[in-house]
Amino acid sequence: MRYAMAVDTKKCVGCSDCVVACQTENKVPIGYCRDWIVEVTDGTYPQLEIEIRSERCNHCDNSPCVRCCPTGASHYADGGVVLVTHEACIGCGACIASCPYDARYPHPDGYVDKCTFCLENRVQKGLNPACVSVCPTKCLYFGDLDDPNSPVSLVLKKRKWKTLIPEAGTDPQLYFLV
Amino acid sequence: MKTTRRQFIKVSTMGAGSLAVGASIGKWTRASGLLGELTAGTSTPTRTPTYCEVCFWQCAGWVYKDEKGEIQKIVGNDDDPHCNGRFCPRGTGGVGQYTDGDRLKTPMIRTKVDGVDSFREVDWDEALDYIASKLKDISSRYGPECVALFTHGSGGAHFGHMLKAFGSQAVTAPSFAQCRGPREVGFLTTFGDIIYSPERTDIRDTRCLVLIGSHLGENMHNGQVQEMSDAIDKGASIITVDPRFSTVAGKSKFWLPIKPGTDMALLLAWMNVLIENGWYDKDYITRYAHGFDQLKEHVKKYTPEWAFGITTLAPDLIRKTAKEMFNASPAVIIHPGRHVTWYGDDTQRLRAVAILNALLGSWGRRGGFYQPEKAKVPDFPVPPFPTPKHQPTEAYKGKYNLANEVVSNGICDATIPTPDQNCSYKVWFVNGTNLLAALPDQEQTIKALEALELLVVIDTMPVEITGYADVILPECTYLERYDMLRKSGHREPNIAIRVPAAQPKYNTKPADWIAKNLAEKLGLGAWFPWKNMEELLDWQLNQVGSSLEEMKRIGVKKFPRQHDDLYFAPGEDIAFNTNTGKIELYSTDMEAEGFDPLPVYTAHEEPAEGFYRLIYGRAPMHTFSRTANNPNLTDLMDENTLWVNPKVAKLWDLKAGQYVKLKNQDGKVSTFSIKVRVTERIRWDSVYMVHGFGHNNKKLSRAHGRGINDTELVTNVKIDPVMGGTGMRGNFVTFITDFETTGKEAES
Amino acid sequence: MREELIISGRMNRLVDPVLNIWHWHIPLYLFLGGLAAGILFFAALVTIQGKADKYPTAAKLAPFLTPFLLALGLLALFLDLNHKLFFWRLYTTIRLESPMSWGAWTLMVVMPLSLIWCALNIREIFPRWDWKYPILFKTEAFFKNNLLTISWIMLVFSLILGVYTGILFSAFNARPLWNTSILGPLFLTSGLSTGAAAIVLMSKQQTERNYFARIDLMLIGIEIFLIIHMFMGFLASTQVHIEAAQLFLGGPYTTVFWMFVFSFGLVVPAILEILELRGFHMPHWLAPSLVLFGGIMLRFIMAYAGQASRWLY
Repeated sequence: MRYAMAVDTKKCVGCSDCVVACQTENKVPIGYCRDWIVEVTDGTYPQLEIEIRSERCNHCDNSPCVRCCPTGASHYADGGVVLVTHEACIGCGACIASCPYDARYPHPDGYVDKCTFCLENRVQKGLNPACVSVCPTKCLYFGDLDDPNSPVSLVLKKRKWKTLIPEAGTDPQLYFLV
Repeated sequence: MKTTRRQFIKVSTMGAGSLAVGASIGKWTRASGLLGELTAGTSTPTRTPTYCEVCFWQCAGWVYKDEKGEIQKIVGNDDDPHCNGRFCPRGTGGVGQYTDGDRLKTPMIRTKVDGVDSFREVDWDEALDYIASKLKDISSRYGPECVALFTHGSGGAHFGHMLKAFGSQAVTAPSFAQCRGPREVGFLTTFGDIIYSPERTDIRDTRCLVLIGSHLGENMHNGQVQEMSDAIDKGASIITVDPRFSTVAGKSKFWLPIKPGTDMALLLAWMNVLIENGWYDKDYITRYAHGFDQLKEHVKKYTPEWAFGITTLAPDLIRKTAKEMFNASPAVIIHPGRHVTWYGDDTQRLRAVAILNALLGSWGRRGGFYQPEKAKVPDFPVPPFPTPKHQPTEAYKGKYNLANEVVSNGICDATIPTPDQNCSYKVWFVNGTNLLAALPDQEQTIKALEALELLVVIDTMPVEITGYADVILPECTYLERYDMLRKSGHREPNIAIRVPAAQPKYNTKPADWIAKNLAEKLGLGAWFPWKNMEELLDWQLNQVGSSLEEMKRIGVKKFPRQHDDLYFAPGEDIAFNTNTGKIELYSTDMEAEGFDPLPVYTAHEEPAEGFYRLIYGRAPMHTFSRTANNPNLTDLMDENTLWVNPKVAKLWDLKAGQYVKLKNQDGKVSTFSIKVRVTERIRWDSVYMVHGFGHNNKKLSRAHGRGINDTELVTNVKIDPVMGGTGMRGNFVTFITDFETTGKEAES
Repeated sequence: MREELIISGRMNRLVDPVLNIWHWHIPLYLFLGGLAAGILFFAALVTIQGKADKYPTAAKLAPFLTPFLLALGLLALFLDLNHKLFFWRLYTTIRLESPMSWGAWTLMVVMPLSLIWCALNIREIFPRWDWKYPILFKTEAFFKNNLLTISWIMLVFSLILGVYTGILFSAFNARPLWNTSILGPLFLTSGLSTGAAAIVLMSKQQTERNYFARIDLMLIGIEIFLIIHMFMGFLASTQVHIEAAQLFLGGPYTTVFWMFVFSFGLVVPAILEILELRGFHMPHWLAPSLVLFGGIMLRFIMAYAGQASRWLY
C-alpha cells in the first residue's frame, strides 16, 4: 500500500478551503497550518500563465525527516504516510531543518507537527483526508498507488504530472497535475 | 441634538456607572453560558444540521462538536445541491464567527456621559422597551411607514415580518442596487424572468463559459465554482473578459484583457459577428424572439474593428471567441455576473449579455440557463398585514420603475430631508449589513444616519455601522439559532433547516426571538402566534410531509419537480413574461420608460494622468466586510493588498510590500494604508484590491486598520437610471507614499 | 516577471518567512563540542606519543575544561528543545542515520571519558586531592594501567565528535549551504584548531606554546583550503548550491563571513603566529583568542546562513 495525493493545478483556484478544513478537522492552532497554497505567475501582461498548488507534506518515500529524527518519533506509518509520535518527539527541530518543502512546524505544545494525510482520524475509517473531501473544485485526489483503480492512480495514468524538487532525492508522493 | 447624537462612538463603554452595570451583566452572562455549554455537552447529538450564513449562497451542512462539546467543524451536507457536501473556505471557517471573542455581547443604548456619546450596557428588556417606546412615539408623528429595514441574510425574514406587521413595507437589501440589480432587470426586460440566487446557470453541462469581469473562484459562490470545475474536467472552454488576470483567466482558453469600462463595445461587436456570420440559433430566434431585425440593423456598425479602437482587443480575437461561443451553443453561458453595478449603464450592459444568450439560444437549454423550481412551503397563518399609506417605491417616485426590488440607496437618499421630499424615513433597522462598507458614497450614508431619529443595529460583530446606532442588539450567530427554512430555487426543489448547535454565547439572542419580543412589546403579538421557532418550523414542515424531527436528522429534503420544465422541449411553444410574450431583443419596457430599447455604447470616464482606475473584487476566503475579523479566515488573509502593475510600480518607485495610502479624484484620502503587491496580473491603467477590509472600529481586534476600505474611495457614484443601481467603477486613485502610520504598516 | 506567493497566509512560527528553527543554542553547542573534541584529541595524542610530561597543559590541564564545555553544550542543546520533558527519548534508541542521535550518543561516551581523564590527572593538578575510598583508588589505578587504551578510545571518539559537529549540518540536503561533505572535515579542523588555540592560551611554557602554535598554523592552512574548496564545490554545483554560495559572495553574509571568520578568525591569527614563531614579540593571547573567536563565528554564520539557503520550486 502506498498512499499518495494528486493536486490538479488546472482546477485549483487557491481558495484555501483545504487549509481551513485541515485546521478545524485536526485542531491546528490558529496561526499555524499543515497545508498551504502557492500561486506562481509567469510572464508579462497580457501574456501570462498561472499555476496554483495546494501543498502539504509530500510523504516522501525517502524522507529526510524520518532519517534525521534522533528518537524515531518521525516514522513511516501505514501506506508510507510519514507521521510524528508526539510522545517521542523532543522538539529538536532537525526534521524541520531537513524538509526541503518546509512542511513541518513546531507545535506550540512542543512537538513537531505536520500533515498526516488524516491517516488515523479519517483514512483508516474509510474517509478521504479533510482537505480532499472539502475541496470545492475537486482538484485533490487521494488513494493507494498500489491499487490501479484508486482515484489517484487513475488520474495519474490519465494526466501529465510533476512532483516538487524531485532532484532533492526525497521521492515525494504529492503529485501535481499540470 | 441630531448631529452630535449620531457621533461615531469608538469606545465601547464610558463612565463608572455603565461599567458597573456591564460588569454585573457580564458575570451573569458567563454563568449562564457555562451552564448552557454543560448541558449542551451532555445531551446534544453528534451533528446538527445548519445552513451557512457566511454568505448568501447558504449551503447546508453539519456542525460537529468535539468530545468536550465544543463546536469543532462544519462540513457540507451531501444532499444539498448548493454545496454537494463541500463547503467553501468561508463556510468551513464559519466556526470562527462563533468563537470570535470580539463579538457583540450585550445590548447597548446610546447615552451621553459628561457631554460625550457612549454606549450603556442594558438588559434585553430595557433595550426592547426603549425601542418600542421610541417606535410608538415616532410612528405617531410620521406614521409607521417611516421605518425602514436594511438587511442581508437570514435575519431579514424575522425583522421584515415584524416591520410589515408594524405597517411598513420598506425592506431593502444592498444586494439589489449595489450588486446584482442590473442583471435581474436586464434579464427581466429581455426574458421576462430573473437569474435568482443561486444563479440558474447550467455551468455543470456547459461547453463554453463566458465571464465578463466575473471572477468565479475568487468569488467563492460554491455551487458555481464546483460546476465550473466539473465543466473544466469535461473540457469546456472558458472565455474571460477582465482587465485583471483573474484566477479564472488563468484557467481560460481565451483571456481578453479588455480596457476597463468598454465591455459594452465588446458585447456589441460579438453580436455583430454572430449576426453577420449567421452564427446564431435561427430557429430559436424565429420562434421566440422579438426585434431581431431591429437588432441586426442596430449592430451593423459595431464591427470588431470598431471595437478594437475602444476595447484594445484585436478584431481577430473577437471573431475567434464569437465562433467559440457559437460552436458550443446552445450549451454556452454568457454569465450575467453578480456584482454588476459598475458604470451607471449596467442594466443596458446586462441587456446586451441577455441578448447574446438569446442569439445563441442558451436560455432554457441544457448547458445554458435552466428553469429553477422552488419548494412550496406554506407560511404560518397570521392576520393580514396592515396596508401602508405609501409604498417604499414612493421614496424615488417617478424613477426606477423597472426595479423589481426596493432600491436601498433610494431609501437612504429619502432619509435625508430635502425641500421636495415628503417621504422621509425616521427609523432604520439595520441587520447583518455594514452599510458604511456596502453603500457607496459614505458621506451621503452618514448624512442619512444623522437625520434619523432612531437607528437600531442588529449584528453579531461591532462593525462600523454599530458606532452610529442608538441601540445595538447583539444577535447570536447562525450556529446558535433556528431560522426560517431555506427554500431557494434549484434544479430540484429542496428545503434546508438551521438548528442551533450551541446555546447563544454571551448575552446574545436569535433574530427570531428579538423580532417576536419586540413585536409583542409593540402590541403586534397577533402576527407572532407561534410559541417558538420549533413550533413554527414543525408546523410548516408538517404541511409538506416532513417534520422538525426528520429535518434534524437529514438537514436537507428534496422534492420532485412539479413541472417538467428544467429545459425547453425541442420546438416547444413558450410564452415569455414580457409585453410581447417573446424574448425581447428589442425591449418594449425600456422603450416605454424612455430608455434605449437596444443597448448602445457609451464612453465612460477615464483616469487623469497619475490616476488609476480603482477596481475591487472578492477573495475566496472572505465575504465582503463581514468576515474580516473571523479568526479562522483572517488566518488565511488578514489584509487586502493593492495590485500594481510593475510598470506603474517602477514609475512611482513602489516596492512590493511597501504600504501606501490612496487619494481619489475627489481628494478623498483613505483612512488607512495598504500593502503594495507588484504583479503582472493587473493592467497598467488600473489598480485592484479585495473589498471588505480597512475596518475602522478598534473593537475588531483582528480587522482594525488592516488594509483599505475601497468603499470610502467610491465617492463618484454613477446611478443607473433604469433601476437605481449605484455604479462604483468610475473612481480613480493615486498613491500617497508619505503619511503618518496608523494601520497595519505601523506593525511592520 | 515570475511572482511566487503563498496566498493562504501561511506564517508558521520559526519556519516562515525564513527558516529560523535554530538560534544561538545549536551553533554554541557545536562550537563547544568542537573545542572539547580538539582539546581531548590533543590530550590523547600527546599521551599516546609519550609526550604527556613535555606538554602538560595539553595532556593534563586543558582537559579539565572539557566536562564543563560539554555540559554547557548539552545545556544549550537542551534549551533548544521544544519538547524538553521528552529529552530522555534520545537515549531510548540509536538511529544510525540521524546525526542528532549520533551526537547524543557520542557525547554519552565522550562525557564520561573526559571525566575519567580529569580524574586521572586531578592529583597532579591538585596535589592535596584525596579519593577517600579505597575503591576509588583502585579504579584510578585500573584506568592508569590502561591509559594507552583509554587514550586511543578518546582519540577516536574526539575525532567522531569533531566530525559530528559538521555532519549535523551537512546531513540536511534541504539546506544547500549545509549540504556539503566538506562541512565535516571543516568543522573537525576548526574544532582541532580551537582546541590547539585553547592549549596555547593556557600553557605557560614557551616550547609547548610554540609546538601547538605550529600545529594550529597547519590546521588554519587546512581550514582555508577547505573553505576555498567548499566554495569551489558550490559554484561548480547546481543552481541552489550556487545561490547558497552567493550568500557569502555578495549576499547578506558576505561581510560578516569574510571579515570575522576568514580575516580575523584565520588569516590574521595565522600571520600573528608566523611572526611570533619568527621571534617577533606579540601578546601571546592574541592569536589563539582570535582563533577561538573565528571558530565561534564560523558556526554561528553557518547556522544562520544555512537556514536562509533553500531549494527553489
